[in-house]
Order: sequence, then structure tokens, then C-alpha cells
Amino acid sequence: MAALPNTKVSSAGSLHGRIEIALVGTSHHTAPLEVRERIAFTAEQSLEASRELRQRGVLEEAVVVSTCNRSELYGVPSAEMPDVTGAMRDFLASFHGMPRAELDRHIYCWSGADAVRHLFRVAAGLDSMLLGEAEILGQLRSAYGQALDRGFTGPVLNRIFQGALEVGKRVRAETEVGARPMSVALAGVKLAERVFGNLRGRSALIVGAGEVAEQVVEHLRNRQIGSLRVINRSWDRAAELASRMGGEAVAWEKLSEVVASPDIIVTSVASEKPVLTREMLSRALGARGGRPIFIIDLGVPRNVAPEVAGLYNLYLYNIGDLGEIVEQNKRAREAEIPRAEAIIAEHLGRFEAWRTALEAGSIVDELRERFRQHREVLLRERLASLEHLSAEDRQRIAGITEEFIERVLHEPTERLRNGRAMRGRLGAIEALRHLFALDEKGEGGEDRE
Amino acid sequence: MPSHLNFLAVALYAGSFVCYVGVLYAPRVWLGRVATLLLVAGMASHYFALLARSHGTHTVPYNDLYGSMSLFAWLLGLTYLGLEILHRQRSVGAFVTLLLLVWLSVLAVVTPAEMPAPPPARGPLFAFHVTLNTWAYAAFALSFVLSLIYLVQDRVLRSHHPGAVFWRFPALDVLDRMSRSSVAVGLAALCVGVVSGLIWRHRLTGAYSYGDPKVIVTLLILAVYVAYLQLSRSAGWRGARAAWLCALNFLVVLFSYTIVNLYWTSFHRFF
Repeated sequence: MAALPNTKVSSAGSLHGRIEIALVGTSHHTAPLEVRERIAFTAEQSLEASRELRQRGVLEEAVVVSTCNRSELYGVPSAEMPDVTGAMRDFLASFHGMPRAELDRHIYCWSGADAVRHLFRVAAGLDSMLLGEAEILGQLRSAYGQALDRGFTGPVLNRIFQGALEVGKRVRAETEVGARPMSVALAGVKLAERVFGNLRGRSALIVGAGEVAEQVVEHLRNRQIGSLRVINRSWDRAAELASRMGGEAVAWEKLSEVVASPDIIVTSVASEKPVLTREMLSRALGARGGRPIFIIDLGVPRNVAPEVAGLYNLYLYNIGDLGEIVEQNKRAREAEIPRAEAIIAEHLGRFEAWRTALEAGSIVDELRERFRQHREVLLRERLASLEHLSAEDRQRIAGITEEFIERVLHEPTERLRNGRAMRGRLGAIEALRHLFALDEKGEGGEDRE
Repeated sequence: MPSHLNFLAVALYAGSFVCYVGVLYAPRVWLGRVATLLLVAGMASHYFALLARSHGTHTVPYNDLYGSMSLFAWLLGLTYLGLEILHRQRSVGAFVTLLLLVWLSVLAVVTPAEMPAPPPARGPLFAFHVTLNTWAYAAFALSFVLSLIYLVQDRVLRSHHPGAVFWRFPALDVLDRMSRSSVAVGLAALCVGVVSGLIWRHRLTGAYSYGDPKVIVTLLILAVYVAYLQLSRSAGWRGARAAWLCALNFLVVLFSYTIVNLYWTSFHRFF
């Protein structure tokens, strides 16, 4: 990646010159888990890294985002830093004690609008392993909030992180990207909500154990389910599971008794024959006055006899049904990507407009400064040979040349500050900067900064 | 003419519908509040339109199709608002406001909106009777809509193939509770309405008109809705079967409101 040109952000937060953003990171797209583990930052390490990057003069503003699937350094380069992404990669390698060559194989670098677009896509969940997942938005908010509290951010990163949080919220509110459940466990719980509405205070029975069943329990707990019973062939296992899940253990022999009380039943038993039969559940429905039962059967082979599905007010979903729904939802989420990208493009456009407006404003000041330098040199050279001029005349000539500069700059100043079309033309501003050599040192070796 | 108020009401109902649909897509509290406020504003405008019509005819709008149907829609909205507050549930709002919009738009196209000649004076008790019975029909219409949504939702759940809209529908339990509340409101209104009608008739003629086909059909409707309230909590009927009963009984309500009124009884024929 090419070195980034100068960015000048004063400590007071006012911006001059070009506004640059640099990103160096790794994610599940570029690195396997064992590498991501080595490059990950704890919350304290994130802050320490941001502090060091600023202290070493690599970055003016810094935010470190680190989750289980990504570690990314976002920053606004210091004016003095010629190869900022190189410096950031060096820092990352030394911070984690990893050879730079190895690190480079798993790293991506973006700058300018590409870095901002990447952050917006991350916030929207489009770059996540599970498309549209909502957790990343909270993680971004937390990383940004901590950096903001410690003064590691400035006007540029504040702008893009606040924009990213807005993008994340809008994408989830205005598109289906994050709307439908994407895991078997969550799909089961969401379907139960279609029957019972709010699950707070409802009761559940977990028959057997398994990873997905535990995920279901977690979702139910998040929804403040009332009572939770756990039943297993092995009493010890039931007791252990109940203690871990925060429920009550029940002896296997009491299965046909307790099956009548819960609103939701989750089965995950290794059994050749169904453990819940039509007769058992028919009796249960009668005993509970016909109130609905929702069953999530996670067992393979199935734990609930298929003919149970015909029982009135009983809703049965097995792992095949739930898997199919998750697949449907995945396709539906993917179909929503263009709408999410449109929101990202809209916010990116807003950021670019803000950026070019600031740059347009600052370029006029730089032009004025450049013209004044030329004027001073010219007056010094020419007036030296005109000895017959009085001090008053010299003063008048100086005043006229000053007025000339202001008149020349008046029109472009107005156009740059007020012309919306002009502000959008980043290329035109760059051309102007190049035309007047504003990135170069001034005459006599003066640094125009 | 209150036509500008009617237009305003329709515009506000349309705004409320858009917001309720927005709530279905993303359950944002502020958007839900805006939806409710727009519905309340639409109903206020609708109320003043009805009031102007009542002043013109010196009674509640009952003797012309436009007026009575407009009153029906307003009472339906009122019942829904009560249910929304009682159940703290806005997910049905989009369906109800859509019904109001379609109802009022169709009404504006197919019926003359001009003010009818004032009917013979029948007194406040008669107006009370008409208003309460119309309210009962509106509440039953609302329970009909809720029951239909319940049946669709139940079918989708059993099919194991939920589509995009499914995840936005209200839950079965919510639909069931709201439908029962709506029927309870309708029953209370109908009971008081029927009794006030009988008293008014007795004052007028000195006799109770039990044999009037309208009264017989109304008592049948009342009995079926009472049975619905009872059965919807029993083992064999709770759920979809009760929803079917509720929906089918509303067809009898429609029959009573149209065929019976127009052809079977001279006493309840107003237009």
C-alpha cells in the first residue's frame, strides 16, 4: 500500500489540509482462528495500543476494535509519518511478538474512503462471519466509547465511528439483514414467541442435553423464562445440567408426569425410539386444559413421535425443520445486502462531503498564506532597488498587493465554501493543491505548515 | 360540509398505517407512539366530521349508509385503541388502520356523502340504542379481523414454512387475548343496546317486540359470542377452533346488518 500523505490534525481538534484515515487489521476472512487469537487485544490492551500509537507519533487519533473474529487498528496518521500503514504493521508485530513477515500474510490495509467503507460494512454486519449479526455493533460502540473517554479519538474518528454506529442501526432497522434468526436455537425460540408472545414467566422443560439445547436455554433465559426443568436418564447428569442452566433437576421416571406443565419442551436425547409419544402428549394437553405446547426436537433420530404433529394446539419443530428455516433466512438476509450497501453508500457520501467541505475551506487559507509568502519575497526584492520611494509609498504598495491577494481569492473562496457541487469534487481540490504546490515546502526552505 | 375533516381523517389514518407498518419492521417505541398519536388525531378529525353530520340530522348517523358506516369505522378504531392500551400491543395496528383506510375509501366512492334529510325525531334513548349496537358490530368486526390473522398465523406455524411476513405477525396468544377482549366489549355494548332498544320500543308501542327477526338474529349472535368466550378457554376449543367460531359468527353479524335489516324487518330498515 502506498504511503499516506500528510494529515494535519491539531490537538484542539481543528482540521487543516488533507483528512486521512488508515486501517490495518485481520479478520476471519484473512486469518485462521489460531492466528486471530495471537493478534487479539483485550480491552486493556486495546487502550494501551491506542496510547502507544499516539505517543510514538504514528497516529493522531486511534481506536482499536478487537472481537473474536477481528482485530483492527483505525487511525488518523500523524503529519510526520510517511508510511503510516507500515508503521502500524510494525507496531502490531512488535506488540504481539509476531514476525512481521508472518503478520503481513494475514493483514489487510485500507486508507481513506476504503477504510471508512470497511468500518461501515463491519458495523452493518456485512463483514461478519454470521451475516447481519447484531453483536458487532455493541462491540464497536464499546471500543469507540472507551477510546473516546480517554481522549484517543478526534474529529475524524469521532465522525466515522458515529457514522458507523448510525449505519449499523439503520441497516438493522430498514433492512432484513439482521431480522430473521440465523441459528437453529434462536429460530426455535423465535418460533415459540410466535405462539406465546412474550416468553417472560413461561415454563420450559429440557429433555436430555446437548450444545444446541444449551443455546436454546440461554436464549430462553435472556427472555426471562419463569421456570426451567431439566430431565435426563442419568440423575447426576440432570443435576449437573440443572445447576449449570439454573433450573430444577427432575428424575427420568417422572417424564410422563412433568410433560404436562411446560409451555416449551426441548428434547435432545440419544435414543433409537421416540421418548415423547402421541399418547403421552395428548394426555399432557388434556391435563393443561388445551393450552398450547411448543416442542423443539433436536434429537437425531427424532425424540418426538412424528404423529404428535397432528395434535391440536401442539406445535412441533424438529432439527430438520429448523435447519431449513435457518437456510431460508440466510438466503433472505443475503438478498438484503444491496439495500444495506445502499445505506452504506449514502453515509459514505455524507462523510466525503464533510471531508471535502473541510478540505475546501482549509485550502483557501493555505492559498492565502502561499500568496503572502510570494508577496513578501517579491516586495523585499523589488523595493530594495527603488530607493526614491518614501516609507509612505512603500506602505501603500504593500497595502495594494495585500488587497490584490484578497480580491484574487474572494471568488474562489466563495465558490469553495458555498458551492455544493464544488465541495463534492475531491479531485478538483486535489488538482488545486497540486497546481499551487501546496504539499511542497515553500521558498527558502520554509515549512508552510 | 365536514368533507375536509373526512379527508383529514383518512390522511391521518394513512400516516398511522405507515407508522404501524414501520413498527412491524422495527419495533421502535417512538414510532409506535407516533402511530398511535396519528390514529388518535385521525379519530378526532373523524369524530368532528360525524358530529357535524349529527348536527345536520339532529341524531346520531344511522339513517343513511354513509353516516352509519362511517360511525361503524370510528367505533372500530375506538375499540382498537382501547385494546392497544389494555394489551400494550401495537403489532395489530397496521391491520386495523388498513381496514379503516379501505373502509372509508370504499365508502367515499360507493355512497353519496351529502347530508340526508333529518329522520323523524326518535329521542336520545333510540340514539343510545343505535350507537351501542353499531359499537357492538364494530367490536365484532375487530374480533373477526383478529381471528382471521390468528388462523393464518396458525396455518403458517403448522406448515413449517414461514415466509417473510410471518416473523412480523402478532403472536397467537396476543391475537387470542385481543379477540376475546374485543368480543367482550361487543357483547357488553350489544346487551345494553338491545335492552335500550326494547325499552324504547315498549315506550313507543307499549309492547316488547321479541318476535322481530332482527331481535331473534341478534340474540342468536349474542348466544354464539357468549359460547365463544366460554369455549375459547376450554380444552377442546381453545385456539384455532374458537377463532373459526368467532370468524363465522361475524358472518351472521354481517347477515343481520344487511339481509335482515333490508329484507326481513321493517322496523330496522333505515336506508
